[in-house]
This record gives sequence, C-alpha cells and structure tokens, in this order.
Amino acid sequence: MIRTFFQRAPIRRLLVVLGVVAVVELITGPPGSNQYPTSGFTGSYAEPASFFGMFRTQRWLVFLALALVAWGIAEFWTRYGDTIRARGSSALAGPRQVSERRPVRVGFALALLVLGILLPHIVNDAFWQSALVTYVAIYVLLAIGLNVVVGFAGLLDLGYVAFYAIGAYTTAWVTGALPTPPPFGHALDAFWAIPFAVVFVVVAGVLLGAPTLRLRGDYLAIVTLGFGEIITIFANNLYGITGGSTGTKQIPHPVFHVGPIKYAWGLAPVPYYYLALGSVVLFLVIFSLLQRSRVGRAWTAIREDEVAAESLGINPLKFKVMAFAVGAASAGFAGVITASADNFLFPSSFTLVFSINILVLVILGGMGSISGVVVGAIIIQVVQAYLNHTPPSGYQQPDLYIYVGALLITMMIFRPAGLIPSRQRRREITLYEKSHEGHPDEVLLGDDV
Amino acid sequence: MLQVADAVVRYGAITALHGITFEVNEGEIVTLLGANGAGKSTTLRMVSGLQSPASGSISFQGRDISHTRAHDFAKLGVSHVPEGRRIFPQMSVEENLEMGAFRRRGSTSEDLERIYETFPILKERRKQLGSNLSGGEQQMLAIGRALMSQPTLLLLDEPSMGLAPMIVDTIFRIIGEIRAAGTTVLLVEQNAAHALRLADRGYVLENGRIVLSGPASDLLVDPRVRAVYLGEDVEAGS
Repeated sequence: MIRTFFQRAPIRRLLVVLGVVAVVELITGPPGSNQYPTSGFTGSYAEPASFFGMFRTQRWLVFLALALVAWGIAEFWTRYGDTIRARGSSALAGPRQVSERRPVRVGFALALLVLGILLPHIVNDAFWQSALVTYVAIYVLLAIGLNVVVGFAGLLDLGYVAFYAIGAYTTAWVTGALPTPPPFGHALDAFWAIPFAVVFVVVAGVLLGAPTLRLRGDYLAIVTLGFGEIITIFANNLYGITGGSTGTKQIPHPVFHVGPIKYAWGLAPVPYYYLALGSVVLFLVIFSLLQRSRVGRAWTAIREDEVAAESLGINPLKFKVMAFAVGAASAGFAGVITASADNFLFPSSFTLVFSINILVLVILGGMGSISGVVVGAIIIQVVQAYLNHTPPSGYQQPDLYIYVGALLITMMIFRPAGLIPSRQRRREITLYEKSHEGHPDEVLLGDDV
Repeated sequence: MLQVADAVVRYGAITALHGITFEVNEGEIVTLLGANGAGKSTTLRMVSGLQSPASGSISFQGRDISHTRAHDFAKLGVSHVPEGRRIFPQMSVEENLEMGAFRRRGSTSEDLERIYETFPILKERRKQLGSNLSGGEQQMLAIGRALMSQPTLLLLDEPSMGLAPMIVDTIFRIIGEIRAAGTTVLLVEQNAAHALRLADRGYVLENGRIVLSGPASDLLVDPRVRAVYLGEDVEAGS
C-alpha cells in the first residue's frame, strides 16, 4: 500500500523536487562551525526568512512553498501539457511531425533572443553585467560545443579546455601580447584572432582526433585528458613562446574596423556580452542545423551502434573527427572573447577541472539536447556567480563542487537524461509512460545508463 | 560474383580461419553452416570489411576487396545484416530504415514503400522506437534497413537467432522473396535444416576450415551433416 503510493509518478517527482530543494537550501544557508558542526544544517532550514518581505517565517517554509508551486506547475504540465502543446500530434511523432512545429519553435527562439538582447538593460548592476559575459555567455558557448562531441557523437572528451586555451593563446599571439612575434610581423587587431583561432582549433581537433578516435569509450577519455594536460603544460613551460606561468597581461581590446564602420570595445562588459551573444546565436544555429542534417544522423547512428553504422556505409572515423573539429570551433571563439575581454591570460586557468565543469553543464542540461545544455549552463553558472558575488556567510568557492556533486548524483538517480532530455530521450520516456504505469526514468536506468 | 580464395584471418595469436575458399554466384542463396566458433561470423566480418584477411584474396564482381574498408562496402552494393541485428534502439523504425540509405542521395520514399510491402508489420510500427520491437520485428527491420541501399549482395548473419519457430519460417520465406527480386544472398546459419532447404548451395565450416561443400539438396541428405547438424531435427520427422 505504502510502497505503491511512493511508486506513483507524481509522488516520486514530488520527492525529487523536495530533495533538490533541501540541497538548494543547504547551499544557500549558513555553514557549520567547529564548535557546532550541525549548525549549518539547522541554520539552513530554521533561519528566519520572509516571502519577499511580506510574511515573516522560516527558511524551510519559504522553500517548501516555492517547491510545491513548482511541483504543481510541473504536474499540470505533465498531465495536460500534451493536449495544450500538440493538440493531437503526440511526442511519438516522427521527424516530419517535428518540423510542423517549427514555426512555434522559431517564434520561441526569437522571443528568447529579444530577451537576451534586452537583458543587460534589465540587469542594471555592474557585477551582473560582467557576470553575463564571464560566467554565463562564455560557458554557454563552451557547453554547446562540448555537447556536439559528447552529446551528438557520444565521444567522452575530458580535454576540451585545450581548445579554449588554444583560442585564448591565439588571440594573445595575433595581437602581439606573447613573446612570439605575431603573424606577418606586426600586431593585428583581436578581431583577426577569430579566423586564426578557428583554424587552429579545428586543425588541433583533427590532429588529435585522427589518430585517437579509433579508440572507444574510456580509452578516448584518457587520451583527451592527456591532451588537455599537455596543452596546459606547454603553456606553462614554453617561456619564450607563451610567456610561461605568468602568461600575459597586454591583450588589447578588439576594434572592429571595416570601411566606414568602426567600433572599439573597451572595459565595459556589455559590448562583450553582445559579442558573446552573437557567437552563441551563430553556433546555436550552426549546431542545430548540423544536428538535423545528414551529418547529425550519422553522429546519432555512430553513437547508438558504431558497427551497424559502419555496415550501412558511414565512415565512423570521418564523422567523429568532424564532431571533434566542429565542437572545438566554439571553444576557440570562447577563448578569443575571454582573452580580449579580460586582457590577460594565465595557463593556470586552463585546468582539468575546467574541462570537467563544462562536462557537468552538458550532463546536467541533457546530453545531445541543445536547449537542455543552454538552460543547464545558464542555471549552474548564474548560481555560481550569485554564490561568488554574495556568498552566504562562511561560503568558500570550492564548496561549490560539493553541491554540484550532490546535484549531479541526485540527477543521475532521478533524471539521468538531464534537465531537458534530447528528443530521442524524451520520445522514449513518453512511450514508456503510455505503455506502463511507473516512473519514466526506470527505462533509462534499465538500459545503457 | 563473390570469390574468396585461401583467406586466413587471425585475431592476435589465434587463427580463426585457416585459408578458406568459396564463391557465391549471382542470383544464388549460399549458406555457411557450422557450430559455434567454427568461423562463420568471422567469415562474414571478412566479407563485409569489418576484418581484413591476413592472407588470401576476396573479390567482388571482379574487383579485389580484401582491404576495402567496411564503410565502403555499402557503395559497392554489399549490405551486411550483422549478428544480433544491431538496430538503432532510439531511432524510430522509419529513421532506422532511412539510415540504411545513408550512402544514397535523393528520395528514399520508393525504397521505403518497397520495404513496407515486404514487411507490412514495419509500416504499422513505423513511428515506434527500434528498442520497442519484438525480436522478430527487429530482425525484419535489420534486413529492411540493409535492403534500403539496394544491394546486389546481401550478407545475413544468423537471422533466425533467438526467434520463435513461426517467426523463423516468415524470415526464411522473406529471404526467398528477396532472392526472387534479384538480390544474391550469403546466409550464415546455425539452423542447418532451414538454411539448406532454402539455399542453392552450402559450405560447412569446422574449426576455421571448410570441411564440406556442395548443392544444398546433397548436403541435406549427407550422413555427416545429418549426424552433426540435423540430428534431432531429422528425427523429429521433417
């Protein structure tokens, strides 16, 4: 009786929501102290709080109320969302039906774009304006690129930071900020770094990919991990070329100057935000077109069954190298924007932990799902920026990894396909709900997860 | 159409095929029989480019293909239905079929219609995910997917594996129809009785060597084949 009660899908989802809320409360609450090690827990839940300054109450009640509202909306959407959204055409529909919904999706995307453009004016705070670039936009750019490699083609890349580093160092080189003389003998504008960076990361992707992508699974992960480390070590030790461990602090701001149009970027973050937003939009368009193309279908086939794909005439190596190179391109862009916005770079910013952070964004958002990865990256990065900007008393930056780790574990148990699962994952869940009573994610735990 | 001469395949120190020679002529159904580990699947992997021979030669329509890569076989007109079906679990039936025509440009709708005519059940299930099909339906899907590339030679690896007898009958009847429509078939099977009744010629593999060969009707009555591969099946009165 009690067992079946807890096995009902809405109840289980409620438990998930409560679990997530408990973790969030703990993250944002006060820490424990040496004398009272449990005070962090009690404080997180029992501290006085208020509903937007209206009712005075305690933290746990505020969170509980918000959680119930969120759960209610989610349940309503689960139950009636299909009817509202599709009016007859179900999520089981094949690719042709999906394209019929395209006008709605394009409209939604345009609305989001307008919001993105207006955002720096809504967020009228110096910290948050720069956080939009350094915490959010850059990471979104990196996450959607890694998603091509990990999500579309199913290749575990633990050295993704290398491409980002190559992009950043290329910028420093092109603008004459490194000990190495810039190309063609004189320093160019940071804008010229973009074509150089893209060419370099794509070449690096092919050079790394061609010999190693014959490897599968964990072997590939180890090789890419090594590649990431090699790039960092090079950056650290090639004093004469990269400036060594002190890096460089003289990267100029970019100036766009073509004919009569001239625009100079300065210290203000907002123009960089628009540069980053433009790149994000560009890559979102490229990646979603690729996903729907022949190339995207080949990636899916290779990810699902490489032998079968090969027997149907798909050259796995070619498409895997392509995924590597294409995914690297957006990291190169991100490197250029970061380097020119910050004006400095140090090898110590390009670490393994950085690669793993990006991977976490992809996994939380939903591997293979572009919208999921974007949403996942935005949420995690905004939370991180918030915690760094207004840390709860005693919060230290490394604490974040504890909470992200806890969140990751919770996700893997209850929602292994990510926040917004890719179309194929979603279809699988819908199918399962239609044929069985029970928790939809069980089917995902059942097979290859 | 397909000639294999003295082909040797090694996996590291282990020799899986000790120089086998066989051929498949246009319009035939040829079957390769043998017990587990006899080298049937290795032979098929070799003939579809997944495994290259250490020595010997393979030629298809007069062209040497010993070192052609697996993904180029589709272009040559050889289609491989791998062991264990290997359909794409998270693609719909129709998407699976469309993957079969990956190497061809242009419209696939005529081919889809043709496949749906051969396998009406796939048309009924065309929006379902591959993983939600029964074993028999998955086998039909795997065969249908291979036929999407309009192959001249179809390689089938154990199509009856793990299927109910009634489904096996259907699959074999369809293999007959595929040949009647002009596609040559190389069939690897453990189900010797069924395979020999359908095939024109057969080869029997044992420990990586061909030990017997001949017209299927001769093999079917050969005492050695009957003893080793057809024992119970014949006794049961077929």
